[in-house]
Amino acid sequence: MKPADVLLRGREITRRWGGLVAVDRVSIELERGAVHAVIGTNGAGKSTLVNILAGELAPSAGQVELLGSDVTAWPQPRRARAGLGRSYQRTTIYPSFTVFENCRLAAQARTQQPWRWWQSAEGCATSTAAAHAAARRVGLEGVLERPAGLLSHGEKRQLEIAMCLATEPQVLLLDEPLAGMGAEETERMLSLLAELKAGHAILLVEHDMDAVFRIADRITVMVNGAVIASDTPDSVRNSADVQAAYLGGH
Amino acid sequence: MMQRSKLAFVALAFAALALWPLAAGNYGIDLVTKIMVYAIFALSLELLVGATGLVCFGQAAFFGIGAYATVLLSPADAAASLLWLLPACVLLAALYALAVGALSLRTKGVYFIMVTLAFAQMAYYVVHDTPLGGGTDGIYLNVKPTLGSLIALDKPLVLYAFTLACLALVFGGLALLLRSRFGHALAGIRVNEQRMRATGFSTYPYKLAAFTVSGAIAGLAGFLFAVKDGAVNPELMSWHLSGAVLIMIILGGLGHLRGALIGAFAFTLLQELFKSEAIFGTFSKHWLLGLGLTIIASVALLPRGLVGVPGQLRERLLGKPAALRGTTEVRDEAR
Repeated sequence: MKPADVLLRGREITRRWGGLVAVDRVSIELERGAVHAVIGTNGAGKSTLVNILAGELAPSAGQVELLGSDVTAWPQPRRARAGLGRSYQRTTIYPSFTVFENCRLAAQARTQQPWRWWQSAEGCATSTAAAHAAARRVGLEGVLERPAGLLSHGEKRQLEIAMCLATEPQVLLLDEPLAGMGAEETERMLSLLAELKAGHAILLVEHDMDAVFRIADRITVMVNGAVIASDTPDSVRNSADVQAAYLGGH
Repeated sequence: MMQRSKLAFVALAFAALALWPLAAGNYGIDLVTKIMVYAIFALSLELLVGATGLVCFGQAAFFGIGAYATVLLSPADAAASLLWLLPACVLLAALYALAVGALSLRTKGVYFIMVTLAFAQMAYYVVHDTPLGGGTDGIYLNVKPTLGSLIALDKPLVLYAFTLACLALVFGGLALLLRSRFGHALAGIRVNEQRMRATGFSTYPYKLAAFTVSGAIAGLAGFLFAVKDGAVNPELMSWHLSGAVLIMIILGGLGHLRGALIGAFAFTLLQELFKSEAIFGTFSKHWLLGLGLTIIASVALLPRGLVGVPGQLRERLLGKPAALRGTTEVRDEAR
């Protein structure tokens, strides 16, 4: 793999909370065209790692590199504008806005122009078009005018992905996008991820092992904040360390 | 359809305000001028609380700075020109808001409320305890500002028309602002700031811009108030006034510009009502009690404020239309 294909790189990332080491010298690389899954038990530090990569949380030590630049000191909004999109473990949308406005507002991040105060937000052709495209991509084009809070759980998760896509990111950090989804919704989300893989570098934190082993190109296993294995799905499945620590004879 | 009825309401309200002097005497003109000044003041706070979700409990500071600047910058024995005095007063209030906002917006929630209150109290004690603003007695505005012979604000009718024009400009300007990308970003910050940041919005500059604009509008209201009363005193910066304007927008209905308008009217008229000896006799001495009880009752019975009354009635009488069933349950909490 050429080095240029690595879109996001974390180097020796550490995060301490007092005496507790939540993330312990984790290095991780996300490449365009690949899904990199991070698995581990609850409390293994997966979400903390995502928060650090996204810029929501500062690391105690280590470095984050996005598209070749050191972004460790960049605040989250700047990283987002540079091409880093994320979804949250707990659905994070604007419940009182319509589905369309959820997507449009996300797309507006690319073309903010707050000084154009006389022009209506809907009159912004760029964000309107991007919102329609993102909603179509995840299959929500039929419910554009619904308040987002009235969507089903699965639809909310789809909407969250659509909001990520509307900002046209190159890297996607997805924190448990399948949580609480039914079988059919899971299938739909997995095929969407498989589609998105071509143009994006994807980090997937997920508990659904069947899904992870189906879609991931690379799996990193975390235990107590540290990486105990990072390899192809087959090697991880057969690793004695991983089986002992986590998979429990999966 | 909803949109059209809102527009019709606003158009009617402004038409009624424009025609009011034909029907009213001196008292009526003076009272409605005062209400319109409060309405501008309430609109300034609505931009922060209703639109952006920032509960500012120090709005009176910007109002008071606009008012004090009007008196302090006016020459003692000649009329100041509106052309520079008005912008100067608005600018001073905006600058103070910029400074207060820059510091207080680093805090959130109840801390934000307390920090804005603290900054307002600081301004209050500057005019209360220093010779700058004449101490507790305040100071008089000897000559009211004019713009040539065209706009002489010492004439009540001219001041009425000028205030109405300011109110219309502020209302229209804020309506445009809130439908723009800037306004939608503020709404996003109100509903879910975390998501806004994750999406790529640096929310701090947005909030600071809203805070500064809000301070400028409050300064405009303060200017008009000083010109109308011809005097200023420290009470214009007191936390009572910050609280009163907060009650106005809650009473009117948060999240709607016309809520600020309705709230300013309702609050001031209630105040006049309970102060009226002709109606309440000796109880009028305890007008604060009557006002307080009314406000508690209306907040309990009208969760969406006076703006929400037609909707509440419709639901009560007709039941909710099927298409909207459940929509009021869509709250802003991020879940």
